[in-house]
Amino acid sequence: MRRFVPVLALAVLAFALPPLAAATKTSFLLTQATMSAYYVLASLGLCALMGYAGQISMGQAAFFAIGGYASSFLSTLNLPTAASGQAEAPFARLLDGAGLLARGADAYGAPTLSLSPALACLCAVLLAAAVAALIGTPILRLKGHYLAMATLGFGIVIEKIARGTKALGGADGISGVPSLRILPGVEVTGGRQARAANFTIAWVLLALGLALLVNLVRSRSGRALRALHDGEAAADAMGVDTARYKLKVFVLGAVYAAVAGAFLTHFNGSIGPGEANAMKSVRYVAIVAIGGMANLTGTVVAGLVLNFLSLRGVFGSLDDGVFGAILVIVMLINIGGARRRPAAGAAGLPGRLSGFAQRVRSVFPARRDRSAR
Amino acid sequence: MSAILSVQGLSRAFGGLRAVDGVGFEAGRERITAVIGPNGAGKTTLFNLISGSLAPDSGKVLFDGDDITGMKPYRVARRGIARTFQAIKLSGRMTALENVMIGRHVRSRAGFLEGMLAAPWARAEERSIREEAMKAVELLGIAEYAGRETGTLPFGIQRSVELARALASEPKLLLLDEPASGLNARETKELAELIARIRDRGVSILVVEHDMSLVMGISDEIVVLDFGKKLAQGAPREIQRNKDVIAIYLGEDDA
Repeated sequence: MRRFVPVLALAVLAFALPPLAAATKTSFLLTQATMSAYYVLASLGLCALMGYAGQISMGQAAFFAIGGYASSFLSTLNLPTAASGQAEAPFARLLDGAGLLARGADAYGAPTLSLSPALACLCAVLLAAAVAALIGTPILRLKGHYLAMATLGFGIVIEKIARGTKALGGADGISGVPSLRILPGVEVTGGRQARAANFTIAWVLLALGLALLVNLVRSRSGRALRALHDGEAAADAMGVDTARYKLKVFVLGAVYAAVAGAFLTHFNGSIGPGEANAMKSVRYVAIVAIGGMANLTGTVVAGLVLNFLSLRGVFGSLDDGVFGAILVIVMLINIGGARRRPAAGAAGLPGRLSGFAQRVRSVFPARRDRSAR
Repeated sequence: MSAILSVQGLSRAFGGLRAVDGVGFEAGRERITAVIGPNGAGKTTLFNLISGSLAPDSGKVLFDGDDITGMKPYRVARRGIARTFQAIKLSGRMTALENVMIGRHVRSRAGFLEGMLAAPWARAEERSIREEAMKAVELLGIAEYAGRETGTLPFGIQRSVELARALASEPKLLLLDEPASGLNARETKELAELIARIRDRGVSILVVEHDMSLVMGISDEIVVLDFGKKLAQGAPREIQRNKDVIAIYLGEDDA
């Protein structure tokens, strides 16, 4: 059960931190902590894809944006209504009858009719999964940096679509996104009164997302993913349909990002094309990398800390630069490690630390010994 | 009883090189069939054609009476053919036991969702995967290494882990690609005994090998390849006396 300790810790903190923050008069920090949890959720999906299955994606932000945009677009729709207030289209009337439409008001107070946020959110996640399945099928045949470039290109396309589409608000994005009711009394929404509750929602969701992946990586499917990471030929020869597994984990990563994107958008009440930016994708990759690649707990811890600091503005104008620098450093240390593996057998924390120190040293090539010549 | 594997007129060329050229032979049930030949004879190409890693230009591969020609490796594996690799292909960061558990992939079926939700039946399946993998590990006498990270194990042990992984899938046919490469004389002898023991448990074996000492003692039938063509076929004793075989292995006097 030791593997569920991080899950439990998240769940406990989800309920323990709000009263603590209230007692220390630091409740304002909960807003950034809530947003961090959603960004970490997107990184977790990438951790399964990149850390465990070894398939790099530089387009994770695109799926985050698809989730956020689709959910906000559908929940801020203005369906044509008849004078009676009823939806005009027969299909819309059907949805209305099933309680799946929501009535609201636009900025001028005129009544609007749109999809209920819960349905919009569900559609958004399904859309992201469908897009992932569609582009994943051809793209996942690529390997290594070819895959990285292709996913990067995909991310850029999505950002440009978001920025250039009038119905999606162009460069302004979509605002006035309604709150999302998950259960009676549980609503994803901004605002001071809802701050503590929303922190709990986000962290519980993160704990849940983590728990599912903790299970996955230790399951038959998780082993298959790790095996194909280490060698597709061997996994294939043991009966693993590698193409299918890669597609499944790609879709799973997209679903994590889309859920995170949709929830954060309903929390913020708005979304802009910046969420689809390639730099956001770099952040997700950097967080998985510094977390230790195939390390779910590492991703959560690194993600919560870095996102929180970034959202608090600690990095100032160097914000994106910090994440870029992290990537450079992590890659250097890892490649050094691959060149010179630490001696076997050193177990436990001391062993790991000495292994780490050795890898850091190996980044700097040793000076040539003159006396040996 | 028909042969477990029947290879008929199999050919594959790489550019102008006919790596495998109209090769045909049968491998008997619960017997050890060896394919030998000098370097570049087409042994590994033949092996890859059977296991599905390569598609043939022409010819047929029948397994247990079914046509598996050109089938993808994972489909071939699901039909009951397991293989090892000449250059060991294991997940170095996983434990030896976890590697062997991958061998049970074809014998289990829990999907992504069941895995994520840790469904009770999936957990029960996981336990049986672990037990069966442990049996294979014990059969090969490497139980003491089961919990160790595979990348840190000695080469000979890694070979055994790979063999255990293949056996864990309970194959009908086991394909061994140069299993003695990198092993010393004593390890080779132990391997030969092990392969014979596996056959006696009811597994048919096709071994591609360079090392004559391994195959002569245990093979029931030997196929000799040279320049992509079948040069000879027969029991070890016949092969040892075959002039053509002696010529390619020791060189011809009148060349």
